[in-house]
Amino acid sequence: MVPLSYYLVLGGILFVCGVLGFLIKRNIITIFLSIELMLNGVNLSFVAFAAQWHALSGQVFVFFVMVVAAAEAAVGLAIIIAVYRTRETLNVDQVNLLKL
Amino acid sequence: MTPKLLNFLWLVPVFPLAGAAINGFFGRQASKKAISAVALGFCGLAFLLALIFAANFSSASAPYTFDLAHWLRSGDFRVDFSFYLDQLSLVMMLVVTGVGFLIHIYSVGYMWEDDGYYRFMAYLNLFMFFMLTLVLAKNYLMMFIGWEGVGLASYLLIGYWFIKDSASSAGKKAFIVNRIGDFGFLIALFLMIKHFGTLDFPSLFAKIQPLSAETAGVGLLTSIGILLMVGAAGKSAQIPLYVWLPDAMEGPTPVSALIHAATMVTAGVYMVARSHLIFERAPTALTVVAIIGTLTALFAATIGIAQTDIKKVLAYSTVSQLGYMFMACGVGAFSAGIFHLMTHAFFKGLLFLAAGSVIHGIGGEQDMRKMGGLRLYMPWTCGTMFVATLAIAGIPPLAGFWSKDEILARAFDANWVYWLFGVVTAFITSFYMFRLIYLTFGGGEYRGAPPPDAHAHDSHGHGHGHGEPHESPWVMLGPLVILAALSLVGGFVGLGNHFEHFLDPVFKAAAEPGLQEPAREAGEKTREYLLMGVSVSVALLGWILAHVLYSSRPQLPARIAERLGRLYKAVANKYYVDELYALLFVNPVVDGSTTILWKGIDQGVIDATVNNSADSARHVSDNLRHMQSGNLRSYAGWVAAGGAVVIAYMVWMGVR
Amino acid sequence: MLHLILFLFFGAICVAGAINLLAQSHPINSALSLIVVMASLAAEYALLGAEFVAAVQVIVYAGAVMVLFIFVIMLLNAGKEERTKGSRIAILFGVPGVVIGGVLIAWTLLFRASAASVPIGAEYGGPYRIAKLLFGQFLLPFEITSVLILIAIMGAVVLASRPDAVAKRHDAETPKAMPELVGAGKER
Repeated sequence: MVPLSYYLVLGGILFVCGVLGFLIKRNIITIFLSIELMLNGVNLSFVAFAAQWHALSGQVFVFFVMVVAAAEAAVGLAIIIAVYRTRETLNVDQVNLLKL
Repeated sequence: MTPKLLNFLWLVPVFPLAGAAINGFFGRQASKKAISAVALGFCGLAFLLALIFAANFSSASAPYTFDLAHWLRSGDFRVDFSFYLDQLSLVMMLVVTGVGFLIHIYSVGYMWEDDGYYRFMAYLNLFMFFMLTLVLAKNYLMMFIGWEGVGLASYLLIGYWFIKDSASSAGKKAFIVNRIGDFGFLIALFLMIKHFGTLDFPSLFAKIQPLSAETAGVGLLTSIGILLMVGAAGKSAQIPLYVWLPDAMEGPTPVSALIHAATMVTAGVYMVARSHLIFERAPTALTVVAIIGTLTALFAATIGIAQTDIKKVLAYSTVSQLGYMFMACGVGAFSAGIFHLMTHAFFKGLLFLAAGSVIHGIGGEQDMRKMGGLRLYMPWTCGTMFVATLAIAGIPPLAGFWSKDEILARAFDANWVYWLFGVVTAFITSFYMFRLIYLTFGGGEYRGAPPPDAHAHDSHGHGHGHGEPHESPWVMLGPLVILAALSLVGGFVGLGNHFEHFLDPVFKAAAEPGLQEPAREAGEKTREYLLMGVSVSVALLGWILAHVLYSSRPQLPARIAERLGRLYKAVANKYYVDELYALLFVNPVVDGSTTILWKGIDQGVIDATVNNSADSARHVSDNLRHMQSGNLRSYAGWVAAGGAVVIAYMVWMGVR
Repeated sequence: MLHLILFLFFGAICVAGAINLLAQSHPINSALSLIVVMASLAAEYALLGAEFVAAVQVIVYAGAVMVLFIFVIMLLNAGKEERTKGSRIAILFGVPGVVIGGVLIAWTLLFRASAASVPIGAEYGGPYRIAKLLFGQFLLPFEITSVLILIAIMGAVVLASRPDAVAKRHDAETPKAMPELVGAGKER
């Protein structure tokens, strides 16, 4: 019998790690990986709540999150490839033309 | 008068308004003949209508009223567009339309070459409309419309040649000084509304009639009276608000004749006469009127002695004669004041028109020192002007003698000091008027330069090809002759007190209940003849003095001026009154408004607020734009920080 | 008791993998750490009774999406991260912010929320039960997400293709694409 809040805290830790990765890392692909980490943390919260409220739709929602994450990963990686082709770099600090 | 005829009373002011509108809107493209036809036609129609009303006027059924339309209704207070025709307004209406019509005819000749001819005719008609509204009004508010309107027309006409700085400044000065008087008038109107609840003449005077005279201190009626006098002093150029009238000579001469001699400046006298009941119940106010009138008469006359511009002499003469009228009203002789108003319209109008003819004939020169010997070149002008001078000097049997003498007699009845001032003023008047005649028409040779062939506009433009002064055309001489005839015979209506009895229903019915008219004793007649003799001899003395100084011994005036030195300079400079006003009032206002209102508030506060808010918006955005650096991680950092704040807030709300 | 031990065991692996993701400098290592995290998350799902989700997590997420990531890392020949001057704001505001936010949430959940306990396999999410919901109540989102995937595929193809490769697709010049890509992975 594990208190539900433990699961939620674990999900929170994963989410925080994902955000930290987003902030700290310089490689675009690593930043993308951090986004995936954030999504996983959120998935865990969904499943935990589904378990608490005995509502199966929580797990169904996780299903949809995964589908969308897959689509997003595909498109995002395609963009990274396109950016790499033009800027010849994977360092996010050097892709900064959109500024005032 | 049948009620049907009365329905056309409102047309008397409106005919000139129609003329003004037509000339004003369509005159620019019209031919000068068409413009003249419209202007003269409508003015003539008004005059004709006035004559019809005069013919059908019967004292038994006077006063007539005609209500045109509703205007203001506010609770119990009501003011309508109503017209009022009693003996007083009949006299004024005839004077205004008659003299006005003659001056319109004269202007056709005088202003023919001017480019803005249609504008002039339109303004003249506009003035007629406002003046007629003033004299025919049934309540003070309509009179005030006319009052303001003639001020407006005066401003437009004085500044007619607005390209000239002096002319436009003179127009402004006239309007502003008038405004000061209007302020007093307005306060008087407010007091009337507050305490009597009406501005309608019959109702207002009915409410005042039963009140007793205020002899102790300054009460309501005295205040109203004094404030009305302030308004009249502004409009009729009395002390201390007369300073605009000499400057108003910048306008064309027909304007000076019509507005500043015959009609507008007499509006103040008319207003005081109309309000005579208020003044009779407030003896203090009446005394104020008399004192102002007497002082102005003498003061202005002394200034007239030393003026060299022909129109300025006539301007100060007007101020002086208006002083006579106010003196008459001030001693209770209202009908005498109105009588003098009428005769003054004749001879002063004639004087101005003749002066205009002189100026026209010598090509724009107005300085009398450069004139002389003109009787050889312009006999008709000289003759008519001489008649007018006899009239103003008060030499029988011309018109001026009858009216001036009536005033002096009634003044003597009231207080001999008034009479003394009046007599001295008559002497000085006669002196400077004959001085004007001798300087302009007398002597052998013409001192001035030959009028040039074609010259630019000075005070009036005229492209003649002559090398010497010439007589004016008949379109200008005709009115001169008619006015001269009126100056000759116009005074006879005063014989046997006919004029006074005609105006009696207006002025006498309001006598305080219980007051008896003092019976005239036998010794009265002798005293009257004695006073008459004194005034005539004084007039003749003035003539003789002028003859000596300017005809037989022309080198004397210069020597006398030298002897008097400082005193002469002060008189010649109009006692420096304009400079005093500039120092006390004009300069502080102008400086204050430049420093405080313009630089301080307009530039410093209003402009600064707008400009600074724009500048600060620019600065803020200039600094904020650095937030958009294009760097993905800084964006993420801001999002994370913002999210943390929101989470913290939610936790705090939940925990509370 | 067993539940708690299992939970803590797999939770520790999760957190260790996450921290390793942050700590590594080469992206391939970070990707492999993420796979570890996903695998342990699958175990956590199973502990909560969501068997179908756990299976899908391993098959789809760890097995397809992460493989796609690794393919791209290898394709682009991503090397070690360089130290460049980045954004100070991110470090200054973002990191403390998110850490504080996380701490607050954890504190709230642990000490303020009324926490019920869940047993092992609390809500059994087998294929039959999931399918009943998925094709019943959630049919419309299901269909829409399939359209979404289709669009994503088309978008990815277009975005990732070479500019002139679109025009030359008729000429089928695919072999020529390789040399450029090989040369593009030069270390800088």
